[in-house]
Amino acid sequence: MSYPDNTSIVVDGVSKEFTLRYQRTLKQVTVALAKGRDISDTFKAVDDVSFTVEQGESIGLMGLNGSGKSTLLKLINGIMRPDSGQVLTRGRIAGLIATGAGFHPQLTGRENVFLNAAILGMSEAETKRKFDAIVDFADIGRFLETPVGNYSSGMFARLGFAVAIHVDADVFLADEVLAVGDRPFKKKCLERMAEIRDSGVTLFYVSHAAASVRKMCDRVLVLEKGRLAFDGDVGEGIRYLKYEDADPGNEPDEVDSLGDEELGADI
Amino acid sequence: MVTRPGRAEHVVDAPLTPPSSSQGLLEVFRRRYLLRLLVARELNARYAASFLGFLWSYINPLSQLFIYWFVLGKIVGMEDRVPGDFAVHVFCGLVVVHFFTETFAAGTRSIVRNKSLVQKMALPREMFPVASMLVSLFHVGPQLLILTVVCLFSGWVPDPVGLLALLLALAIAMVLGTALAILFSAANVFFRDFASAVGILTNFVRFGAPMIYPFTLVEERFGGFAPYYLLNPIADAVLLVQRAFWVGATPDPDATAAEHLPDHLFLYGLGGLAASLVVLAVAQAVFSRFENKVPERL
Ligand SMILES: Nc1ncnc2c1ncn2[C@@H]1O[C@H](COP(=O)(O)OP(=O)(O)OP(=O)(O)O)[C@@H](O)[C@H]1O
Ligand SMILES: [Mg+2]
Repeated sequence: MSYPDNTSIVVDGVSKEFTLRYQRTLKQVTVALAKGRDISDTFKAVDDVSFTVEQGESIGLMGLNGSGKSTLLKLINGIMRPDSGQVLTRGRIAGLIATGAGFHPQLTGRENVFLNAAILGMSEAETKRKFDAIVDFADIGRFLETPVGNYSSGMFARLGFAVAIHVDADVFLADEVLAVGDRPFKKKCLERMAEIRDSGVTLFYVSHAAASVRKMCDRVLVLEKGRLAFDGDVGEGIRYLKYEDADPGNEPDEVDSLGDEELGADI
Repeated sequence: MVTRPGRAEHVVDAPLTPPSSSQGLLEVFRRRYLLRLLVARELNARYAASFLGFLWSYINPLSQLFIYWFVLGKIVGMEDRVPGDFAVHVFCGLVVVHFFTETFAAGTRSIVRNKSLVQKMALPREMFPVASMLVSLFHVGPQLLILTVVCLFSGWVPDPVGLLALLLALAIAMVLGTALAILFSAANVFFRDFASAVGILTNFVRFGAPMIYPFTLVEERFGGFAPYYLLNPIADAVLLVQRAFWVGATPDPDATAAEHLPDHLFLYGLGGLAASLVVLAVAQAVFSRFENKVPERL
């Protein structure tokens, strides 16, 4: 099948299956076999999802906890491969998957910046050129020279986001980047992502906060137990979710989105 | 096409491709800068938080050398069966065997040890076992230097055939070590038992090569079965290093070579290298097959 030249991401009938529990030891396997229980139990975290994204589109990916958003992003990022279907992407991908980058706990912040940048495809010269800007953005002071294992989760995310955002990417994935950042940092991140979006980069933004999705995105995808339940207009998508969340007991979400409502006004 | 107001047009001049790399080892060698960073990281991490640090990579083989030299050379009396210096004979083997077993053992643990990266970043995962191999190779240099100096004192003169033998031996250990490291690193993700099994396997390697005993002893005991012993590529590699250093350091090199080296040693060596390349291809194929499940099983 051929796709137009401005196609950025193709997700075509993609499924990803996980094993629910692994019976790893000899003892567990024998006991399970003797009792006639299943040795493994699988489920589809992403179930036959299809969509295409044009270059420059800004997608908000929403859904309840465990609906498969991070898994879908890992498939698009190339960390995981689909069990069936295919994922195609055009150009360089950067981003942050599920709070915090792939850092090595024993290495210092500085070393991790270089390693992470190299994994994202930056050359040594490019990293050196952008190093000050990265450090400036992360703003973690002299902790740059200490092992990242000792970082707070916010600092961890800051440094990871700072590196990812300085890659000249064609597709930018952001999964809960704002979950652990403090207020000033959240604001800085949203501003920066808006800049990235406006430069024509394809943006894939996972968030539970309706306000920031409304601010950032022009299309919403909603996942429900791994299936693509909604694909379309932002307002409708958010309404679709609200409808899903009609039961009380989601107050924390409301509080969060209120916070972001304000935040949106800030920017 | 929909035009979005306020957005710059960003044209990407690249084909649509699957985002996960599928070229395996080829991709590893295309991304040498990343490989270099990973090797540097490994070098720092291997002896992290230890006072003697880097020195451990010399203390380990040298202590083994001492034990073999003393127990087998002096107590068992193996040194009477070996012309020249028994310690040189052992050390020739140890250089290759230690390189191989380090590659195998560290490579097997490499993916599990780097799980923070494997779970969150897209990079060819063969990077990690290959980096382990290069780290082990890094330690071979100084050992060869020691060996050269010791041999020079025993009247050894460098010769081109010896150099070739050394290169062939290192190539065998590199290729086979990488192949097994790749294979076992993936297996170790699914069952951590593999890391323990490697400890046993490396013991077989250590005693299955003519390092602490001369090859003549194998011929003497096994007779017609000795050629099968030479089907072990690491045994060939050890003999090749002995050809490169130890033979030339004995009082009568020609007699030593005739008596203690098998006929057609280079042929066995090339065969071993070819077999190792086949194992590498198989390892790559198996790895690609199971790599899918690696990040979720960590
Ligand atoms: N490695 C794994 N092994 C088994 N199950 C997994 C694995 N990773 C994720 N899952 C399961 O897959 C499902 C989807 O997880 P995922 O992280 O994609 O959810 P999510 O939509 O990102 O949720 P959240 O909003 O909490 O971030 C969950 O039920 C999770 O338990
Ligand atoms: Mg998630």
